[in-house]
Amino acid sequence: MKKENANRVLKISILRFDPNNPKDFPHMQTFEVLEAEGMTLFIALNDIREHQDNSLMFDFVCRAGICGSCSMLVNGRPTLACRTLTSKLERHITLAPLPLFQLIGDLSINTGKWMRGLNGRLETWIHDKEAEFSFDKLEQKMEPELANEIYELDRCIECGCCVAGCGTIQMRPNFVGAVGLNKIARYHLDPRDKREDKDYYELVGDEEGVFGCMTLLGCEDVCPKNLPLQSKIAYLRRMMIKTSMKD
Amino acid sequence: MKIIYTDVLIIGGGLAGLRVATGVKERGHDAIVLTLVPPKRSHSAAAQGGMQASLANCKMGEGDNEDIHFGDTIRGSDWGADQEVARMFVHCAPKAIRELASWGVPWNRVKKGEHTSIINAQKVGIMEKEEAHGLITARDFGGTKKWRTCYTSDGTGHSMLFAVDNKAQEKKVEIHERLEAISLIHEDGRCYGAVARNLMNGELVAYVSKATTIATGGYGRIYSVSTNAVICQGMGQAIALETGIATLGNMEAIQFHPTAIVPVGILTTEGCRGDGGLLLDKDGYRFMPDYEPEKKELASRDVVSRRMTEHIRKGKGVQSRYGDHLWLDITILGREHIEKNLREVKEICENFLGIDPAVDWIPVRPTQHYSMGGIRTTHRGESQTLKGLYSCGEAACWDMHGFNRLGGNSVSETVVSGMLVSEYISDFCDSKESSVHITSSKIETFLQKEKDKLEALLTKENGEDAYILRRAMEKIMMEKVGIFRNGDDLQKAVDELEELLKRSKNIEVFRSKSRAANPALVNAYRTQKMIKLALTVALGALLREESRGAHSREDFPARDDENWLKRTITSWPDKNQTLPSVDYEEIPIGNMELPPGFRGYGKDLTIHHPKTAARVSMVEAISKKLEADGASRDEIQNALMPFLDKLPKKYRGKNERLGDNS
Repeated sequence: MKKENANRVLKISILRFDPNNPKDFPHMQTFEVLEAEGMTLFIALNDIREHQDNSLMFDFVCRAGICGSCSMLVNGRPTLACRTLTSKLERHITLAPLPLFQLIGDLSINTGKWMRGLNGRLETWIHDKEAEFSFDKLEQKMEPELANEIYELDRCIECGCCVAGCGTIQMRPNFVGAVGLNKIARYHLDPRDKREDKDYYELVGDEEGVFGCMTLLGCEDVCPKNLPLQSKIAYLRRMMIKTSMKD
Repeated sequence: MKIIYTDVLIIGGGLAGLRVATGVKERGHDAIVLTLVPPKRSHSAAAQGGMQASLANCKMGEGDNEDIHFGDTIRGSDWGADQEVARMFVHCAPKAIRELASWGVPWNRVKKGEHTSIINAQKVGIMEKEEAHGLITARDFGGTKKWRTCYTSDGTGHSMLFAVDNKAQEKKVEIHERLEAISLIHEDGRCYGAVARNLMNGELVAYVSKATTIATGGYGRIYSVSTNAVICQGMGQAIALETGIATLGNMEAIQFHPTAIVPVGILTTEGCRGDGGLLLDKDGYRFMPDYEPEKKELASRDVVSRRMTEHIRKGKGVQSRYGDHLWLDITILGREHIEKNLREVKEICENFLGIDPAVDWIPVRPTQHYSMGGIRTTHRGESQTLKGLYSCGEAACWDMHGFNRLGGNSVSETVVSGMLVSEYISDFCDSKESSVHITSSKIETFLQKEKDKLEALLTKENGEDAYILRRAMEKIMMEKVGIFRNGDDLQKAVDELEELLKRSKNIEVFRSKSRAANPALVNAYRTQKMIKLALTVALGALLREESRGAHSREDFPARDDENWLKRTITSWPDKNQTLPSVDYEEIPIGNMELPPGFRGYGKDLTIHHPKTAARVSMVEAISKKLEADGASRDEIQNALMPFLDKLPKKYRGKNERLGDNS
């Protein structure tokens, strides 16, 4: 932390609402927290909960930027709170839950349900009816570079930032989002998944899929894992157009 | 009253729990998984470096097999492990990784031709075989004779968890998210499920099942600094303990990982050192070769953590406002390697330390990381004392890690134990024994009991603040039940924790009185349970007057096989007890394939058991005779300690390897 920032008193304004409490209504509440060296929003929010308001709801699990639980709007921008250092922010910070997901309370949202629905809809698993797996035999070979490319896309943590940063989904609530399109790109790349182009076309070859994207690319800007969403969406779109021409 | 019936209830949605669920589903049983968080957010996702399986595909893994993996695991455990369980594990690890490959994990692969690696601070050229091209590769890890740790960059746990969760979804496993099991339902020595609390709306639900599996991971969060996710609070072990019937094993066996970043305690993978990273002191001096000339930075985790602490105590640590630390230097690996194979480490360094690990050294120190102890089970994953209760993964003590776990053996254990235990559970569910005999009124009493407890927390007046008690507990564990332990401090720890336990009966949830989603209420009941677990750890550590693996007593530096070749078994039979009951279970030498010996670190102080010498000669005689007769390694193994008949039939086959080095 820079010297001039030492001993700042942070003002953290949080959009609060407990949907389980019929008397509550959405409102902003501001807390003051003495900043410490290396402080993250994980540390600051826990400090508030422990010392100022023990009813404050938020979600952290790994607190290391790996699990995707703590996505929220930090000064209006979707990001992972656990790895956001307060020293990189102005003294006055506003926090709000990610939009579009079911609100559990305060900053806690139900991304799990949304993502599970998406995975079910896109069937994000290996499809291979002919697979003859033996527990005893050598594994199937794969080109090392291809394995790396698949891992690159497999790094998505389903945090929901791309969904919250998406313009399209505001108008098309069933849009699969960059998270969904990235998953399709991942399985399309994977030779173990025997689905064909036309199968993928069935899944995302419409306006709720790749043709719905308005190419605003907020997703790419906010993805905490820096996934190549823009190029994958463009690639899928070309592939889908080719597929549609074939039929 | 809400009751949900199922065949198999699984508490915990990480790798172990999900693998059990897919396994029992495959066998035709219904399964419901209760999880605190969406499964893909489980702590399994944080496993970075890799999964051990003796595939022997890469050059530096050549010649590897189950025997070598077994030997590493047993030595790593300081002979505390159950050798039959370890055998079952090493036999099935290659099967598990191959299954995961077919489920979509993009394991890093062998690339034919020459590549450079850093070994002992030198660049070394390694030539990979043509025929291995495209098979799963491996990296070096601590305490292993071969490069055996398979990986996907340093996001191994993440890739595994996503693949297994996707498989569970394909198999239509029912997942109930944000449901916390807060007590087990049991009657006449038989477990029938759990009372669970919905963390979103506070509703209490009774899940009644033929078999109940606890796969909730470790209890690292009883320490104030831990690499563990914040949900790793040991609630699975606690609800088992609170039955008064189920037992916990070796709770004092706690692993400290050498390289967590300072101050926040986030892990940087052992892969950093496996790939060639070095540990340096305040003078930039590489000190590990002085202590452990052979394995250096890649000695077993418990050893490296102790050596680092010793070196800091000699005044060689780097001073900081958060206490002394040492440096992890991975700059010698080069940017390209870091950005490809250690990318999570790079992100963590950038985001939490504001440094670039390709240029800067990383501030690290040993930090609580893994719970070897857990719910004591048989090799089938079933509680020894409470029928119908199963446990696997880090939550359990079945016991393959003894007093120290090897890096790369934990995610491997999750999927292997999940594969095996799901078969044993399915066998149980197929049998008449599994029939459920519990009345709805009895179930209702269990529900009511929990409801009353929660109500008491919310309505208590002039009570204790759960946060204050919890922080006090964490501090005691950090300061008095850490890497080096001694009788005086441990006695104080037990006394102070006992006092906290008494106070915790009087916890009041201040201000935040909601009966629905209420983090203060959650903290209150979990704190009560965590203090009980902390007591099992501290008391077990106080009573164990020897040093074994990660349990290191300054006042008893020797491993004492004569008196302590046994497991600590803890239970809480009477809820009014303020200390757990402690008992011991002998680890029989007579059937060990690898009788107790010297691990090869530091000075050999072992006090041997009188029966060790006889078993050593017997093992030697049998091996020699069979070798002379031209027996295969499998035949010799089988003569020393047969285990295959304990495995489900489908997992008994021989593992194929390139060139077949059997």
